Amino acid sequence: MGQRTIIPFGPQHPVLPEPIHIDLVVEDEKVIEAVPSIGFIHRGLERLVEKKDFVEFVYVAERICGICSFIHGQTYCQGIEEIMKLEIPSRAKYLRTIWGELSRIHSHLLWLGLMADAFGFESLFMHSWRVREQVLDLIEATTGGRVIFGSCKVGGARRDITPEQMTWLLKQLEVVEKEMHLIVDVFMNDSSVKHRLCGVGVISKADAISLGAVGPTLRASGVADDMRLLKYAAFGELDFEPISRTEGDSYGRCAVRCAELFQSVDLIRQAAAKIPAGEIAVKVTGTPSGEFFSRVEQPRGEVVYYIKGNGTKNLTRFRARTPTFANVPPLVKMLGGCELADVPVLVLTIDPCISCTER
Amino acid sequence: MAFFQMKKMILAWTFRKPVTTSYPFEPRKICPGSRGRLDVKISECIFCTICDKRCPTQALDVDKVNKKWRIDRLRCISCGYCVEVCPKKCLLLTGDHGIPTVTKEMETF
Amino acid sequence: MIDEQTIIDVMPETLVAETRKLCEQGYRLVQICATRLGEELQMDYSFDLNRKFVNFRFLLPKLGGRVPSITGVFFCAFTYENEISDLFGVQVEGNALDFKGNFYTTAMKHPFIQDAVPASVPAPAKPGVQ
Ligand code: SF4
Ligand code: SF4
Repeated sequence: MGQRTIIPFGPQHPVLPEPIHIDLVVEDEKVIEAVPSIGFIHRGLERLVEKKDFVEFVYVAERICGICSFIHGQTYCQGIEEIMKLEIPSRAKYLRTIWGELSRIHSHLLWLGLMADAFGFESLFMHSWRVREQVLDLIEATTGGRVIFGSCKVGGARRDITPEQMTWLLKQLEVVEKEMHLIVDVFMNDSSVKHRLCGVGVISKADAISLGAVGPTLRASGVADDMRLLKYAAFGELDFEPISRTEGDSYGRCAVRCAELFQSVDLIRQAAAKIPAGEIAVKVTGTPSGEFFSRVEQPRGEVVYYIKGNGTKNLTRFRARTPTFANVPPLVKMLGGCELADVPVLVLTIDPCISCTER
Repeated sequence: MAFFQMKKMILAWTFRKPVTTSYPFEPRKICPGSRGRLDVKISECIFCTICDKRCPTQALDVDKVNKKWRIDRLRCISCGYCVEVCPKKCLLLTGDHGIPTVTKEMETF
Repeated sequence: MIDEQTIIDVMPETLVAETRKLCEQGYRLVQICATRLGEELQMDYSFDLNRKFVNFRFLLPKLGGRVPSITGVFFCAFTYENEISDLFGVQVEGNALDFKGNFYTTAMKHPFIQDAVPASVPAPAKPGVQ
């Protein structure tokens, strides 16, 4: 038996510019135990609802996270609409679906890039981000923002996609899809990538459920659970089947995200074909009174908002449980027993977004 | 299983122009509809202060009495809420994203 | 309604037993949260099985509330339990991975049960006025 050493990982670490700190107890090259600590940048956004009125708070909700910003805004709006019993126009629902899926593509490409960076494949990283840049251009042209979309509001959407833009968007998506095939091919088939990912950090199906994993981390372990099956926005009218894998290792999680890229492209195509004409927003009158747990699937997994209003223009409670928060316990489990050199890869496979975890 | 799956892509990109531009010498191509700097047509403004009251970041300060419209550019998040609520439609988000600044100043119109 | 949500009232004493029942049926823990309602705290424990949402709820006094830990059933509850003990000052008994108030770094203790922003934190002034 070797000597036990404690190695601190983060909050500043070259592989992940986000403030998570993990104490790794290592014996020789094996990690025996990992103790996470977060909380370096707790912003207390949840209490800001007492200052901002419920319509303005969309802007704060969007800024909880810089990557899934649109879906945060959407989750919040859906929660409020559910409490106020607002029926938003069908076109707005489709618009939200399209933007939500665009943001999933851009988030997964970002993750693929970071992942390539974590196992030291710099050129793959650059190419993933080059393709992501094209997706960001699509987002900017349709919503006006590159990462903070700002196009969702309580009662519908703030912008419309014109038919010409839609045609252009679909044409560009074809280009992006072709490029994505090239990149995904490397991730799925390259021997050096497989060597780093296969069999690393295996989480069994039972563990994934009992540890509360969400999103691709859960689906890679054989549980086909996706909040989009709740049929929020326009998902009820689209053909959709969650993607799951049975490996449960890092390669499985990577494969789930790769497959979701093309699934999102497909969903956007379906939505573009079915989108009805009409209004994009309804007028909001009154104030929310009631409570709702709003659940939406983000690129990283399920996000839960608890919204409670008391009939005034400020909410009583707003609580956000972001997917990374739920994925910390599975991460701790993965780290126990892994090689020290695999730690960066494992930390990245849950797609950590610490800043949104701490709100 | 393939060894160095990326060789084709890397070879192809060896002979292409880089996708990055040499900013700031070559300014970024701005796509239409981008939300950038807030612009005001001050001659049409009636100083109703609606934009001031609605701005979520309190970036605007409209003085009814002295007919002054001021904006803190560093606070503005380019959300466009003021553009929506302005009764005279004299506010506009331009595609231009402005230049870097080193001081915190209010811009007065 | 996009999502059927069942809210069940439980007692803090029976919480662990009820949770174990759900765990055996294959539910997963979605979240734990506390909400301040005047002088009381409302505790919510949410679970999910194939998108069926079940929520346990009970009330605690604002100060000095104690709850048993459910980390024995769902280990992943430790993050949520540390969170409520840091932000709301609820005492969680038997947490398997207790950070003892160091999970979040906050400027003041238990910020979410304080009444208003203390005077030492100036309210954001109107631009130009300061
Ligand atoms: S809302 Fe329009 S008209 Fe009124 S003060 Fe602002 S810019 Fe002027
Ligand atoms: S764009 Fe938004 S942040 Fe900027 S001045 Fe207008 S309302 Fe305020």
